[in-house]
Amino acid sequence: MSVSALDVPTGLPGAPDRRLVTLGRVRGMGAFLVVLAILTVLAFGVATPGSAHATFTLSAPPAVSVAPLEMSVRTVAVVCAILTAGLGALLVSRRGARGSYLIFGLGVMSFLWAFLTWAARGNDLNFEQMLAATLISTTPLVYGSLSGIMCERSGVINIAIEGQFLAGAFLGAMIGSVSGDLWLGVLAGAAAGAAFGWLLAFLALRYGADQIIVGVVIVAFCTGLTNFLTEQVLTPYQTTLNSPQTFSPIAVPLVDKIPIVGPVLFDQNVFVYLAAVLVVSVNVALFRTRWGLRVRSVGEHPHAAETVGIHVMSVRYRNVVLGGLIAGIGGASFTIGSVGEFSSEMTAGLGYVALAAMIFGRWRPFGALGAALLFGFSVSLQSFLAVLNVGIPSPFLAMAPYVITIAVVSGLVGRVRPPAADGTPYHRE
Amino acid sequence: MTPEGPDPGGGHLVPPGPGADRPDGALVLAPAPPRAGSRLRWIVEANVVVVTALAIVSSLVLGGVLIIATSPTVLHALAHIGSHPGRALGVAGSTVGDAYAAIFTGAIVSPTALGHAITTGHGWTGVLTPISETLVSATPLVLAGLGVAIGFGTGVFNIGAQGQLIAGALAALYVGFAVHLPIGIHLPLVVLAGALGGAVAGFIPGYLKARTGAHEVISTIMLNYVFLNLLNELLTTQPFQQPGQSNAISRTIPTTARLPHLFGSGLRANLGFVIAVVCVLGASWFTRRSTAGFAFRVIGSNPKAGRTAGIDVRKVTTAVLALSGALAGLAGMATLSGTDFFLSSGYGGNIGFDAITVALLGRNRPVGVFLGALLFAALDTGGRNMQAATGIPLDLAFVIQAIIVFFVATPSLVREIYRLRESGASIGQVLSKGWGG
Repeated sequence: MSVSALDVPTGLPGAPDRRLVTLGRVRGMGAFLVVLAILTVLAFGVATPGSAHATFTLSAPPAVSVAPLEMSVRTVAVVCAILTAGLGALLVSRRGARGSYLIFGLGVMSFLWAFLTWAARGNDLNFEQMLAATLISTTPLVYGSLSGIMCERSGVINIAIEGQFLAGAFLGAMIGSVSGDLWLGVLAGAAAGAAFGWLLAFLALRYGADQIIVGVVIVAFCTGLTNFLTEQVLTPYQTTLNSPQTFSPIAVPLVDKIPIVGPVLFDQNVFVYLAAVLVVSVNVALFRTRWGLRVRSVGEHPHAAETVGIHVMSVRYRNVVLGGLIAGIGGASFTIGSVGEFSSEMTAGLGYVALAAMIFGRWRPFGALGAALLFGFSVSLQSFLAVLNVGIPSPFLAMAPYVITIAVVSGLVGRVRPPAADGTPYHRE
Repeated sequence: MTPEGPDPGGGHLVPPGPGADRPDGALVLAPAPPRAGSRLRWIVEANVVVVTALAIVSSLVLGGVLIIATSPTVLHALAHIGSHPGRALGVAGSTVGDAYAAIFTGAIVSPTALGHAITTGHGWTGVLTPISETLVSATPLVLAGLGVAIGFGTGVFNIGAQGQLIAGALAALYVGFAVHLPIGIHLPLVVLAGALGGAVAGFIPGYLKARTGAHEVISTIMLNYVFLNLLNELLTTQPFQQPGQSNAISRTIPTTARLPHLFGSGLRANLGFVIAVVCVLGASWFTRRSTAGFAFRVIGSNPKAGRTAGIDVRKVTTAVLALSGALAGLAGMATLSGTDFFLSSGYGGNIGFDAITVALLGRNRPVGVFLGALLFAALDTGGRNMQAATGIPLDLAFVIQAIIVFFVATPSLVREIYRLRESGASIGQVLSKGWGG
């Protein structure tokens, strides 16, 4: 998570609240951790019988086998509570804001560990599967939010991610099925996404149409078109047009043997590896290269960029098409990366969630990755809690990822600052 | 004003009031004086009416191409275009023609039914059914679209109309079945509950944005899912679930909580449409004439100026989202209380998202939203008829809707395609702003 923007006053008089993280917020985070610690002791420690135990399965096939971890719920609760309270106290006593998120994150993880142990009391929790499920929900969001970052860092709002997802998922499945070559499917998905990226750029940049309108309409168009084509074309010829294979996991030799994290990180399909590579390379490209500096300058102050000889329009064009391409690959991951067939509106609004992850991650690749992971983890937590039967009705559990996101966004992230020229059309003077 | 002066378009820029001939005075757009050739000039100009009409025509053409490219019978006929060119084109033409005829008869009026009714004097209900259905499906779109438009006009992105609509419907449902009163008191309470439910759902992201800076795009998107799941939970538990049911179906509201029919019991058009029209007029007055509406517009066009002028941006943001939510809540109430009378899972369909498109199609102006919603509703009800009559999926109507908005949002593209003259009035202005704020 980036902290470089912390403690930088914007210099705007009369607007002190534009500082991204205030010390007050850090203290609030600390106080919150202390409250969590008290809750941990009371709910999971005192209220649980001392004999209650929980078992976590920590090994999956390729990795070196680790014995299941059996823990006393009460002991874990007390240890985690002390840890959480300690981290909370550290936050409250801090003078600077730098690194606060890391400390807070550790505190919350410690709380979650205690919570999971309590939820799994008398039961077996497959921790490996939980991590794997997290990754499955996270991957498309990473593509979506990277797509948004590519576009918005150059000053164009891409609200059409959902549509590009659908287009990529549809064409990826169809081409992958017809040709029998999954890589052609990925290419087709990328091309479909890029085509709608191009459409956004064409209408918004060349003809000055409102970026939000075009984006929203691309989503409506892709939804309608893929539904129409699914009913009209895919369903009648299901076996030839909509039955692609899926990418199988590729194990990275040696590292996939690492206990616990090995299988999750190093025995995945192409889409997961590619997402990881993209996060790093987009980050490097945006913040460490001349190209990135140019893109960001176009997103912040296009007129200044033009003055020093950068062609604003072509930078924006290129980035929006690239962004669409990334979203298209992410779309293909829905079909040839997991399910193996296209179905109507299968992206289920995740394109919009990806948009939220991008804003939440402050238009930075690693920030967006963090946001996507948080959301993915909430989704997997929710499905595991439903299995463990903790006594919460399943619709309420299903709300959890969204409520957690709202809570985190309002409690931790607060006001975010988009690129200054984001969404503003550029006219040469 | 000199008659020889350059004509900037369909109208002259003239100073208001007689005698005020200073060129630097406030200028208003007045109708062009009748002059040879100028009366019909607006037809070849890229003004709103012409662009919208051409957008509709273009979208129908593209929709036709889509039908031709995906219908097996047409493709089969086209494969023999070399030997039977007439037949191939005939099949293509009749397939597209039948589809569009079905949309028209399903949405507006069926000429055969009309002729039958005129000659026999019976069957008027059947003649009016399509238009009544169009009004019914336009009602929630108008209301939710107005809500979204008020947000956009103030620089607030309300992507949460779907959730607010569900919240409004749930509140209206509860007041509908839990309270027993005569219709004169009960029905207004139900309407109020719908608005209030939506307002609360809109207030949450507004309050969070004002207090903590949480971005409304994130919180409204997330709240959509929260309310969707809340609906699913409530539909399977007491007191909302229909007793004796295991499915996710709510209780039915009594007749005292239902919006009365406008044209007799045979047609589903109901008071909800009147409420929608009243809201359009109210919103029109509000944004143009009221003090609060003025503050909203100032914040929408220039938040910094608004802040300097002493407008409390936080309060305005919260109020806008609550108001926007109230309108979406009314949309949820209108379908429940007007036609459905109970809720089931998936209630509201996609109206919350269509509302965004309608708001943008209507350029955030209340009357524009109203017309846009009517167009969308007509394509929707007509599309259902097309699906029933010809087997072409209803989704074609959604594709056509999207293409219309593409063109309307890009007047300069339409101008280029059809080689129209430039209109004096700027109609391609940017309506929404970035995420900042």
